[in-house]
Amino acid sequence: MQTPGDLDFSRRGVLAGGASVAAVTVVPTRASAAPTKAATAPPTAKVAFEVNGTPHALELDTRTSLLDVLREQLQLTGTKKGCDHGQCGACTVIVDGRRINSCLTLAVMHDGDKIITIEGLGTPDKMHPMQDAFVEHDGYQCGYCTPGQICSAVAVLDEIKAGIPSHVTADLTKAPKVTASELRERMSGNICRCGAYSNIIDAMTDVAGVKA
Amino acid sequence: MKSFTYERVETPAAATAAFAKTKGARFIAGGTNLLDLMKLEIETPAHLIDVSRLALDTIEPTTDGGLRIGAMVRNTDLAADARVRRDYGLLSRALVAGASGQLRNKATTAGNLLQRTRCPYFYDTNMPCNKRKPGSGCAAIGGFSRLHAIVGASDACIATHPSDMAVAMRALDAWVETVDGAGKTRSVPVADFYRAPGKTPHLDTVLAPGELITAVTLPKPVGGTHIYQKVRDRASYAFALISVAAVVQKDGSGRVALGGVGYKPWRIEAAEAELPRGAKAVTAKLLAGAKPSHENAYKLPLVERTLAGVLAQARG
Repeated sequence: MQTPGDLDFSRRGVLAGGASVAAVTVVPTRASAAPTKAATAPPTAKVAFEVNGTPHALELDTRTSLLDVLREQLQLTGTKKGCDHGQCGACTVIVDGRRINSCLTLAVMHDGDKIITIEGLGTPDKMHPMQDAFVEHDGYQCGYCTPGQICSAVAVLDEIKAGIPSHVTADLTKAPKVTASELRERMSGNICRCGAYSNIIDAMTDVAGVKA
Repeated sequence: MKSFTYERVETPAAATAAFAKTKGARFIAGGTNLLDLMKLEIETPAHLIDVSRLALDTIEPTTDGGLRIGAMVRNTDLAADARVRRDYGLLSRALVAGASGQLRNKATTAGNLLQRTRCPYFYDTNMPCNKRKPGSGCAAIGGFSRLHAIVGASDACIATHPSDMAVAMRALDAWVETVDGAGKTRSVPVADFYRAPGKTPHLDTVLAPGELITAVTLPKPVGGTHIYQKVRDRASYAFALISVAAVVQKDGSGRVALGGVGYKPWRIEAAEAELPRGAKAVTAKLLAGAKPSHENAYKLPLVERTLAGVLAQARG
């Protein structure tokens, strides 16, 4: 099995290395241009939460989004930053059993929460059924939106099971069913620029064990 | 994003006290709108008071047969509540017509009412906007105004209110309950909750600084057929061009409120007397005095035709 760090010269390492080199050349200019700004450190706050079963206690700049903590501090880079404004769904994670946009929530507001990211759903050795189904049905092309799509898809099936209605639920007083139109409507917060939508619906119906 | 200090409070009294103590404070609950605006530095609070864990997250029956919805009840939970689905279907329908599943899981009842406009010029800090920067002008007037208000606007602002939920709340005669820093509570009908833009479009609602929404109450159910018809540029996850919220009784009487046409959910009770005469008569009264721009005059026939469809659907 290949884990992050196995490769001495990963794409990520090259990018990070390149960025730090660039930063070194920039720093003196910045410092001389705004000498007073660096004096006041931004306010921080403490927060403790669990990510994929692992507890974390952190002190963070209050502005840090949950997405940025996952990616930049905890190195859980499966969760992706697309629009950073809650419009694309690439950053979808599951917090206390519910899918949310991790870009539109402050990390410090999640004290005591249980967060599941794509890394917590399954591993390359032991994939979650939804991950298996996305592979099986080719539910992606470039793959950038895929972690968000999969987290959303898992939560959508739970939402239908819990009887939460959607815009296309015909009868509000009856339990919603797993149909293609229900899945399409409920997945509308996850954008896929490659257009793998129909295969994503196939993957979801496969996992739900129905013919949509 | 500008930096800010942060605190979490456990009671409404602690929330309003914290507000009085700190300059530039704002309450934050779901944060799906406020954080978006903070990233763009349209909102720049110096201090955030986290009210998301206040014990205002339940839906309770009221003594007069209605429902009291806590301010922190999430949009998903409100839409899914069995009593709401059975007795206030309009509200459930409006909620699931808005945003995405992810956003509805975070967004609260109070926060939904307090959403800022989605006018693209309000979001574009390079453009004048009286709502964002009082006195700077309105780029929407004479600009791209396809999405903007046709009624209730002023020379200073033609923005619409984006909420679907609020349109249903207006049709259902809901009330907004609040508490202020002195512990004084009051109840405001949704009908009177939003301020006309006039010369002060930066003030969206009648809430005083530091006044906190604690609940929204619904009067006892009115029966009838509940229909929320939203017209938008794509089938899901888009703001309304216009929307029609209707409760239609067997005898043909009923209620109609519109979304996407003004700074508030648009309802004129006198227009509802025209319901037996059909959509054209109702729309004529409801949108009397409308001042559409060159780009959004389409909203007038769109309202009439959507309402006609809604009334036909209600007749079965």
